[in-house]
Amino acid sequence: MYSVRLWSVRHARGLNACYRGFEAFLMRMHGLFHALGYERIERPVAAVEKAVKGALFDCRMCGQCVLSSTGMSCPMNCPKTLRNGPCGGVRANGNCEVKPEMRCVWVEAYRGSQRIPGGIEAMRQVQFAIDQRLHGRSSWLRVVRERHAERSAPVEPAKGSSPKAVP
Amino acid sequence: MRFEDEPVPGYPLPILPGHTSPGRFERVLRAGGFAVTTELAPPDSADPDEVYKRARVFDGYVDAINATDGSGANCHMSSVAVCALLTRVGYAPIMQISCRDKNRIAIQGDILGGAAMGVCNMLCLTGDGVQAGDHPQAKPVFDLDCVSLLEIACTLRDDHHFQSGRRISFAPRVFLGAAENPSALPHEWRALRLAKKVAAGAQFIQTQYVYDLPLLRAFMDQVEALGLFDKVYILAGVGPLRSAKTAEWMRKNVPGMHVPDAVIKRLAGAQDQAREGRNLCVDLIQEIREMRGISGVHIMAYRQEESVAEIVDRSGVLRGRSPWYPGRDTSRDATFDAPSEAPQVSQRTAS
Repeated sequence: MYSVRLWSVRHARGLNACYRGFEAFLMRMHGLFHALGYERIERPVAAVEKAVKGALFDCRMCGQCVLSSTGMSCPMNCPKTLRNGPCGGVRANGNCEVKPEMRCVWVEAYRGSQRIPGGIEAMRQVQFAIDQRLHGRSSWLRVVRERHAERSAPVEPAKGSSPKAVP
Repeated sequence: MRFEDEPVPGYPLPILPGHTSPGRFERVLRAGGFAVTTELAPPDSADPDEVYKRARVFDGYVDAINATDGSGANCHMSSVAVCALLTRVGYAPIMQISCRDKNRIAIQGDILGGAAMGVCNMLCLTGDGVQAGDHPQAKPVFDLDCVSLLEIACTLRDDHHFQSGRRISFAPRVFLGAAENPSALPHEWRALRLAKKVAAGAQFIQTQYVYDLPLLRAFMDQVEALGLFDKVYILAGVGPLRSAKTAEWMRKNVPGMHVPDAVIKRLAGAQDQAREGRNLCVDLIQEIREMRGISGVHIMAYRQEESVAEIVDRSGVLRGRSPWYPGRDTSRDATFDAPSEAPQVSQRTAS
């Protein structure tokens, strides 16, 4: 819901802290997830993720969440799905070029990022092209899975691979 | 600016050390020249002569010509085709690539195809939303955004592979650009966004129309503070406004367009508003030229393309140099079989 989405940006700092805690919890659950099988729990977890993040951020389930780098303003709500900042068409009142009644997702993102420690720095990172195959899949599980894979076999991420995984 | 090793048009220049393209536009910028670029509106036609006709009005006054890619989300001849036509006679086009209409498969194909046709400059853009154009019922693609597009174009050029990782046998040798709008919100974020584009591979920037110089100055100060002056060439976007009414209309309807009230007042108060619009453009160019970190101007004169020569001439930014155009060095180009007739001399002496 639009008003909840704006509320989430206003509370970006708290929500980011919550997520950090939640992520730490998820990381500890890796053993269980692994035992159950990531693919088997994918659908139920994705459903929960969709319900929670859908309510808070109007999440579009791109599967490559970058909310921590965008001040808790989901960039997939941008009609151009821009993941690297606002386009040049932002209206003088800060609203969207395509949807004049909506605040520009990135004007909101800039506000939210200022509330998160290191938020502006995170927003300056280049986000690589999205992997459209991950649409509808759980970003939470992906983060846990990838972080553990990195820990067990640290490899240099290839340039232009998947975007930095956060929430 | 004449390059000693300038070959017969249609053939690339030797790539100098530190350069990434065999094009004249990169040469002019890297040689420290004040570059002038302009925009060619692709015709609603399949006739190549219309493209040449539209290009000829700029002869002798611009270093490169942008071929827009469905600008304003309106359907026209494709940018890659316009550029291919222009390179046939030796012009230096800047191929605009918008993310609105094509996914990464088509875009990467166009980058290779454009480079194969002799296009040396490519401008990576997000693109206007489809609602702005003549086909609002179309599907907006936006598989990439301009930053991820730059990154992919850089990968093609420097790492010789597609985004998929599949190798290419000959890399596109291109000079990559991006756009920025110093006037759009959030102002504080615009320079940071430019930094992001530079990090992703932008070598030159063409800005959206600038009519508010204090805003441009503030933006340039931020760009300097980020240490970007020696990393990217910035060309400020300018253009003549036809009348106060047009200015009002553009302010209201062109996405991201900012025209201060003072500008509209100045136009409204003039007897010949179109002339005053050109005067204003000349004044802007002369002030912009003095700004630190600005390497040129990008003149967008939609539907008044013939005024570009006059504006460039009166602003004096070329300092007497005559950018190459087909037929400039007639004796050297006599052997080149240009598909269009030689430009008329009268066009070069426009006021």
